[in-house]
Amino acid sequence: MSPSASGKLKPPVGANDHVQGAANAPITVVEYGDYECPYCGEAYPVTKALQERLGKKLRFVFRNFPLAQAHPHAEHAAEAAEAAGAQGKLWEMHDMLYEHQDALEDDDLLRYAKALKLDLPRFVKEMEAHTYAERVRADFSSGVRSGVNGTPTFFINGMRHDGPFDLRSLLAAIEEAV
Amino acid sequence: MAEDSSKILAAGTAAPEFALHSTPDQLVSLSDFRGAPLILAFYPADWSPVCGDQMALYNEVLSEFHRFKAAIVGISVDGSWCHAAFAADRKLHFPLLSDFEPKGAVARSYGVYRAHEGVTERALFVIDPKGTISWSYLSPVGVNPGADGILDALEALAAKK
Repeated sequence: MSPSASGKLKPPVGANDHVQGAANAPITVVEYGDYECPYCGEAYPVTKALQERLGKKLRFVFRNFPLAQAHPHAEHAAEAAEAAGAQGKLWEMHDMLYEHQDALEDDDLLRYAKALKLDLPRFVKEMEAHTYAERVRADFSSGVRSGVNGTPTFFINGMRHDGPFDLRSLLAAIEEAV
Repeated sequence: MAEDSSKILAAGTAAPEFALHSTPDQLVSLSDFRGAPLILAFYPADWSPVCGDQMALYNEVLSEFHRFKAAIVGISVDGSWCHAAFAADRKLHFPLLSDFEPKGAVARSYGVYRAHEGVTERALFVIDPKGTISWSYLSPVGVNPGADGILDALEALAAKK
C-alpha cells in the first residue's frame, strides 16, 4: 500500500492568502470553505469562538472551496467575497455571507456589497467579468492537492484535521498540534 | 484500518477484469477503459449524510482528472436502482457500478471487501492504460481520502510515458 500524500497543506500560507492574525502566531488554522455549505455555516460561529478564545495565539486563514455542482450559488458567492477583498473588505463580506446563507442570489450579493459601502460600479463590473474566478479556482485546486475532502476542511499548523469541528474538538486538536 | 482486507492489490498487479451494472440495463467492463488511465473508487455506501462526500468531491474534481484523460468509476455494493437515485440526487457526472451479485465479488478480487459488514472498503486504484494497477490506497473507512493521492498517481503515470 502506498503511503497517503493526504493531509498536508500545499502550498503553505503565503502572501496571497486571506489572513486574520499575526504571521508569527504559534497556531495557524486554515479553513477551506464554501459559502453555501450548511456545515460551513455551522462552523462559522465556531471559527469566531476560536479566534476569541485564542486571541493573538491564532492566525486564521480562509481559502475558497466552492462545491459548485452541489451548491449553485457557491461559486458566485466566493467571487463576491474576493471582489470585496479587492476593496479591502474580504472578512466583512465573508461574515455577511455566512450570516445570510439562505440569501445568496446575485441580487443579494449586490445588496451586501452596498451595505458594506463598496465601490459598486467596480464590484458589478468585476462580478460580471468573473475577475476573481481564477483566484477561486486556484484556491480550489490547492485544496484538492492538499487532501481537502469536503467542506469545511480545517488544517491545523499545516496538517489536515480529520475529526469533528465543534469548538471543543478543534481546541483539543490544536492543543495536540502545538 | 480494517483487519480483514490487508491484502489490497498493490501497484504492479494486473487489475482483475470485471463487468458490473452501471444502470439496470448497462454493463461496464474494465476492458472498456483500455488505452487511458482509469480510477476505481470503492466506497462503502450511497447516501452518506455529508455534503462534499467522497463521490461529490470527485464530481467537483472531474475536470482535473480529465486533464490526464482519466476516467473514474465509483463502486459499492448498492444496487443499480439505488445508484441511479443517488447519482441523480447528487448530479454525478460519472458512473457508479454495482458490485451487487454475487455481492462484493469485485471488491474481494481487489482485496477491499469488509466481509463482516458486507460493504466495500474505502479504497482507491489508479489503473494504467494497459490494465495494470499503478497505485492503490486503502483509506480508514471513516475518512474520505480526498483526491490528492489520485492526482499524484496520475501525474506519476503521465511522467512515465
